[in-house]
Amino acid sequence: MLSSVPPIYFLIVSAVIFAIGAVGVLIRRNAIVIFMCIEMMFSAVNLTLITASHHLNSLDGVLMVFFVMTVAAAEAAVGLAIFVLLFRGRGTIKVDEINLLKW
Amino acid sequence: MIELVWLIPLFPAIGFLFNGLIARWFNLDKRIVGWVACSALGLSFLFSILIFFSLVQLAPEARVAVPDRILFDWIVSGDLKTVIGYKVDPLSIIMALVVSGVSFFIHIYSVGYMHDDSGYTRYFAYLNLFVFMMLTLVLANNFLLMFVGWEGVGLCSYLLIGFWFERDTPANAGKKAFVVNRVGDFGFLLAIFLIFVHLGTLEFNGVFAGAHSLDAVTVTIITLLLFVGATGKSAQIPLYVWLPDAMEGPTPVSSLIHAATMVTSGVYMIARCNILYSMAPVSMAVVAIVGAATAIYAASMGLLQFDIKRVLAYSTISQLGYMFLAVGVGAFSAGIFHLMTHAFFKGLLFLGAGSVMHAMSGELDMRKMGGIWKRAPITFWTFFVATLAIAGIPGFSGFFSKDEILWQAFDSTHGHVLLWLVGAAAAGMTAFYMFRLLFVTFFGRCRASEEVKKHIHESPPIMTIPLIILATLSLIGGYVGIPHVLGGRNFFHEFLHPVFGGHPEGAGHAAFSLVKPAFASGGAGMGGGDSKELLLMGVSVAIAVIGISIALYLYIWKTEIPKRLGERFKTLYTVVFNKYYVDELYEASFVNSTKRLGTFLWHRFDDGVIDRGVNLVADVMLWLGGVLRRIQTGRVQGYATGIILGAVIIILFLIR
Amino acid sequence: MTAGSVFYWIIFILTALTAIGAAVMVITRRNPIHSAMFLVLNFLCIAVLYLLLNAQFIAIVQVMIYAGAIMMLVIFVIMLLSVEEEKRQRPMRLSPAQVMGLVLVLILFAQLIYGVAIAVLPGDLGEFSPERIARVGDVKTVAGLLFTKFLFPFEVASILLLVGIIGAVILSKKER
Repeated sequence: MLSSVPPIYFLIVSAVIFAIGAVGVLIRRNAIVIFMCIEMMFSAVNLTLITASHHLNSLDGVLMVFFVMTVAAAEAAVGLAIFVLLFRGRGTIKVDEINLLKW
Repeated sequence: MIELVWLIPLFPAIGFLFNGLIARWFNLDKRIVGWVACSALGLSFLFSILIFFSLVQLAPEARVAVPDRILFDWIVSGDLKTVIGYKVDPLSIIMALVVSGVSFFIHIYSVGYMHDDSGYTRYFAYLNLFVFMMLTLVLANNFLLMFVGWEGVGLCSYLLIGFWFERDTPANAGKKAFVVNRVGDFGFLLAIFLIFVHLGTLEFNGVFAGAHSLDAVTVTIITLLLFVGATGKSAQIPLYVWLPDAMEGPTPVSSLIHAATMVTSGVYMIARCNILYSMAPVSMAVVAIVGAATAIYAASMGLLQFDIKRVLAYSTISQLGYMFLAVGVGAFSAGIFHLMTHAFFKGLLFLGAGSVMHAMSGELDMRKMGGIWKRAPITFWTFFVATLAIAGIPGFSGFFSKDEILWQAFDSTHGHVLLWLVGAAAAGMTAFYMFRLLFVTFFGRCRASEEVKKHIHESPPIMTIPLIILATLSLIGGYVGIPHVLGGRNFFHEFLHPVFGGHPEGAGHAAFSLVKPAFASGGAGMGGGDSKELLLMGVSVAIAVIGISIALYLYIWKTEIPKRLGERFKTLYTVVFNKYYVDELYEASFVNSTKRLGTFLWHRFDDGVIDRGVNLVADVMLWLGGVLRRIQTGRVQGYATGIILGAVIIILFLIR
Repeated sequence: MTAGSVFYWIIFILTALTAIGAAVMVITRRNPIHSAMFLVLNFLCIAVLYLLLNAQFIAIVQVMIYAGAIMMLVIFVIMLLSVEEEKRQRPMRLSPAQVMGLVLVLILFAQLIYGVAIAVLPGDLGEFSPERIARVGDVKTVAGLLFTKFLFPFEVASILLLVGIIGAVILSKKER
């Protein structure tokens, strides 16, 4: 099924989701929600890659997305483990209360 | 054979390295050190003789055209190209012969003299280093290498004057010598810069070939600056003050460095640059006047000193004045001739003084000596020969050289009657104070203490044989330069003629009556030159004899008169005895102001500016760190903001 | 406009708007579980978009891994940590740093739009046209590429996953 939607719209959607994710990272204080917003940004970037790959008749973008997902999965595992540890140690996962690494 | 000239300075250099490094490291036996040092010099002397004979076999014109022996390129930077090269021509080979020969004998003497000194190895290392530097100086084919030798001999002079550095006086004397020399070296350096700027090369051949392109003012400035360097190294007015103090060093050092070789480098340098000087009559006049003034000034101070070595030091300054007088009036070969004979008899005088000190258990004051001529005969007779030579008694070497100088001072186109007058007066004073020295030291009642009297003895053969050799040279050394007027053929002058005769004024001097064959001298525009010369010769001999007679009168016959004269002319006596208070004058004016400047710069500039600058940099870094660390807030979202900022900036560049 | 393309457009617009709406919900909900739910919705919409772009394999992988595994992990952790709702704050208090961050994001967004709107998508057309992919099927084509041209990254990715596993296990161990 050939897409008759020009790629620019997909890219705009991707940019919008990316920006929303960035806003989420900056606004929210819950560490897990911030993590989720980062995953959203990943996802938006994947969309860009697939769009480019489709409209250039290539599969390189597809495979890049494959690896991005792999990395995201590994990162999720380790990152959430760190959050658990943080909660155990500090009792909270609000990022503005976890600020010992300062001058 | 001639291309082996680079071996001449090499042997002493190897001797220095061996004695200085290996012998000191492994604490080798004194005999090895002595043998290595003396054989290094012996080989140098041998090669000098061999190369001399090779040179003599060439035709006279070819002798100055021998190509320089270049070892390798030294500095090649932009326009400046200097090489390590050696020049073989009559002038340099004569200097090499004198330096290596006299050094050789003094080395042998030192083996005996310094035998009981703890710094034996160090002494010979320094002495070999000195000869290496001196030979580099005289054999160099360019100004820069000559300057290396120039500085090197200054360094060795410092090292050897302050040889017994544990005592204050020698250490200070060494420093004084070095600093005063440095002042002169500054002038030399400026001259080198000027030469390079105007002529683009520093090699002698290149400079002298292109010298005619310089204008008179430049040449005058260059030659005057070179002369400043010469006054420092050769102890002329106003930079002579270091030489009397340099007597703190061991006596063979005084003999070698401060009589025979180092102090003559200034004369050699002016002789080497004769082409430049001939183009600047003003500089020649300055050189001649300073030389004559120094001759008589130093002689006046030598009249009253009673430290043997001091008298000889002032005598050296005075005789150097003669050499400068000679080159100043254009008689370059006469100057070199006197340099050679002076090396013989002055070197001998110093060694003899050392022998006397050896006999008198280290005593230097002549008032505490006397009557030792019977108990140290070889010392006495050689000393006597040298004294006759320096006084200019006919038959001895000093007569021929000194007389030629006086004649040229009178008669040459650059000369003047006044110069001759001053020279003659100084000659009289020389005869007087040298014989005073001889009489007071060797004759009369022995005024030494009983302890010392018991130990008066002749020096061992290793010290007396060099004395005898030098005495022989003082006697016969002058016969290579018998002036024509006395029926001889001035070999010395002939040999050096190609070096000095290559320019108009020089031709005027060099072609003097001395070299012309007998039949052409009559009426060749000289008008009675021969008889004038004989007359002046007689006058100078008479002056010498008068001086000797006065000394005889005052110090042998009526010995109470000197003291009474001293009482009557007390102020004059004190002034002259205290060397005209020149040292005190220099200290008050130059030394103190330099010290104050140095202290000022130290406190205000070194501490205030430079130290503060460095501290300021450190403080700025500290402050900057204090400011920058506030970026580490510990809040993750702040860091995220930073990341997004970075992304914005990068994308800004990417989408342009 | 053919019927196929109209259909296409409708699906696209619906899905895009839903995705954007879900994204906004993610960042504004106070309850983290709600945020997680909306994120799942966002991922599913993105998967549909992938289907529109003829990337069937990735669409499935997206659902399986992102919407499935990762979000399941996240929800587990949220529940494990029994995070409270954030207190309601009207009006929302934003610190100056956050305001500056928002401004920067706005600029970033503007730049991105500018970048895609003005610049033409450069690059030559590759060899994997949809017809070619359709001949053997998307998965097979992707697999063929994965095990030949992208073999090395594949191996590295497997090591990465191993590291992730080890890391997660070690980090969660209780102190003895």
